Amino acid sequence: MEKHTLAVLVENSPGVLTRVAGLFARRGFNIDSLAVGRTDRDDVSRMTIVVEGDKPFIEQVTKQLHKLIDVIKISNITEDEYVDRELVMIKVTAEPSQRVEIMHIAGIFRARVVDLGSKTLTFECTGTEGKINAFEESLRPYGIKELVRTGKIAMLRGSKYVALSLAPSREVENA
Amino acid sequence: MTVAEALIECLERENVEIVFGYPGGAVLPIYDALYHSTKIKHVLVRHEQGGVHAADGYARVSGKVGVCIATSGPGATNLVTGIANAYMDSVPLVLFTGQVPRIQIGTDAFQEVDITGITLPITKHNYLLKDPSKLPVVVKNAFHVAATGRPGPVLIDIPKDVAQAIISFKYPSTVKLRGYKPTYKGHPSKISEIAKLVGKAKRPVIYAGGGVLASQASEELLKLAEAISAPVTNTFMGLAGFPGDHPLFLGMLGLHGTRYANLAITECDLLIGLGARFDDRVVMNINSFAPHATVVHIDIDPAEIGKVIATNVPLVGDVKMILKELLPLIEKVDRSEWLERIQALKAQYPLSYDRESGLKPQFIIEQLWKCTKGDATIVTDVGQHQMWVAQYYHFKKPRSLVSSGGLGCMGFGLPASVGAALALPPGSKVILVTGDGSIQMTIQELATMMEQCLNVKIILLNNSALGMVRQLQEYYCEGRHMATHFQFHPDFEALAKAYGIPAYTFKTEEDVIKGLPEFLDSPGPAFVNCIIPREENVLPMVPAGKGIGESVECG
Repeated sequence: MEKHTLAVLVENSPGVLTRVAGLFARRGFNIDSLAVGRTDRDDVSRMTIVVEGDKPFIEQVTKQLHKLIDVIKISNITEDEYVDRELVMIKVTAEPSQRVEIMHIAGIFRARVVDLGSKTLTFECTGTEGKINAFEESLRPYGIKELVRTGKIAMLRGSKYVALSLAPSREVENA
Repeated sequence: MTVAEALIECLERENVEIVFGYPGGAVLPIYDALYHSTKIKHVLVRHEQGGVHAADGYARVSGKVGVCIATSGPGATNLVTGIANAYMDSVPLVLFTGQVPRIQIGTDAFQEVDITGITLPITKHNYLLKDPSKLPVVVKNAFHVAATGRPGPVLIDIPKDVAQAIISFKYPSTVKLRGYKPTYKGHPSKISEIAKLVGKAKRPVIYAGGGVLASQASEELLKLAEAISAPVTNTFMGLAGFPGDHPLFLGMLGLHGTRYANLAITECDLLIGLGARFDDRVVMNINSFAPHATVVHIDIDPAEIGKVIATNVPLVGDVKMILKELLPLIEKVDRSEWLERIQALKAQYPLSYDRESGLKPQFIIEQLWKCTKGDATIVTDVGQHQMWVAQYYHFKKPRSLVSSGGLGCMGFGLPASVGAALALPPGSKVILVTGDGSIQMTIQELATMMEQCLNVKIILLNNSALGMVRQLQEYYCEGRHMATHFQFHPDFEALAKAYGIPAYTFKTEEDVIKGLPEFLDSPGPAFVNCIIPREENVLPMVPAGKGIGESVECG
């Protein structure tokens, strides 16, 4: 079982997230992570969906997604070279005496302090899923009070891109 | 003009002649606008489920988009079963529901439900119309989406204040949907690959489903079958897509299919699936389905290909267009050996039943076929009677069977027969074959039928039981008939008469032989209550977990 990252361009219309999430739920597809936001065009949103499964499974997921009228384009970007990032915010217990030590760890992960409380430190950190996991584990011994992750967003490397302007015909090739 | 008036204008532009519906508070503006239409006939049903099933029956027979209107809340929820039914069987419908005014949405207002949320999994697409100016575009898109590609139901939810809003009307001439472009033309290289496979095959079988009817490819299917000497088996949804009396016809396959169809599938070396979706009632045990076959799957819905079984040659597109491209590439091959084998299977395992004890339902269906010779539109409900029709009636013309396949929705028959009769020229023969369980689910639509002066002949196969479930209990619950034997029935003959329908009862074969021709030829509607033995089972049947080659013929 491998993880696949799908970049899905959808109409920026109300209910589109429900349609996609509902499809995954009723077809019994598990979502590893889902991140959504609008693109450079107001009328188009982009979802980055991470799903785990073998090839026929991913093919079925993709075909079912295509059936949604609001889905404009789907690219399985895992099939190509790509970069992906996630953002995490972590609030960790930090007595004044521990601050230097914790900030040293944060430095290793190039995390930034975004807030300081009398007994807490809040960091932001971006990176791949692995790096974020490692950062989280490093802070765990100090006591994580709160943690929030965005889910993965991803993009193809080089001059290739997933966008509408150069979108090929949506007709499914008889592969 | 108001949005409601614009809506009626849109329907007229879409050449809608009939809408089925049930009024209510939230659709008051729409009904008021409908009052002024001279082109659209409104059929008042007695329950919204009847409305959507009638629109469904109308769509299946006419090939047009069926339209149904219901009010908010309970009106909308009463549509749900019918929408699910149309979705499963890929029937083009456009449904309009009223909604509470925009300002009240989300407040649990009187008769408010989130119908777009509820119908999300059972519509091809749906809309909650919040911007009045979008109405013409939304209606245009809805009709387009419903009728093209793999057809299906589309719902438009219209808040009452939106219906009352004033807009300037302009009906779009084209549809712009960047996320919806169905593939019709098949890939040429795949088509030539299929032609080559057909040339090499020794034992080909064509497995044809509802897609053949949806794409109006019956003629091409017949040509293909004859050109390649391949026997044809139909799915339940595919019945009437191939002439039922043709020597190459194997009848229906699957759970209650003919043994020779199921054995032909088991023995074939090339299986050509046309507009069919390898449904679980067809495939039964996946591992023993067409075990020796190279599988070709042609379907307009890419998601159906490879969903259930692995396919050797997948081809997305319109069945009719693809067959037209394929036919000239076909070379004639002598398959007399295979056809002899098929004849032997047919001779060895004919459909049969025992006529000894009482009036058998199979006999009635056989007589029905003898009387009509296939020149009738047969509507059924769901259950044993439906399977007997599938087995013993030989359909001649496309769209002459109207029945709930995928959802298996009891109560579909009577309202669907209303829609079917309205889709046909007056005087056409529409025959509803129903069961005593099914008809009681929507029996109120007898009133609609009479109000519309429809000529529907109703044949009730009455075994005083929920026969199909009873049969399952027979096989899988050691004969413990829990909640399947009715202890009370109304006097059906008197009930039909109460609606003003001439009614009769058949109890013997002689009653049928004598009475049926006259019954069918009588002017106007008629009802016959046929008393059949409770113990009769639908056979053959494939026991649970077995492959389709292992059907049993006796209880």
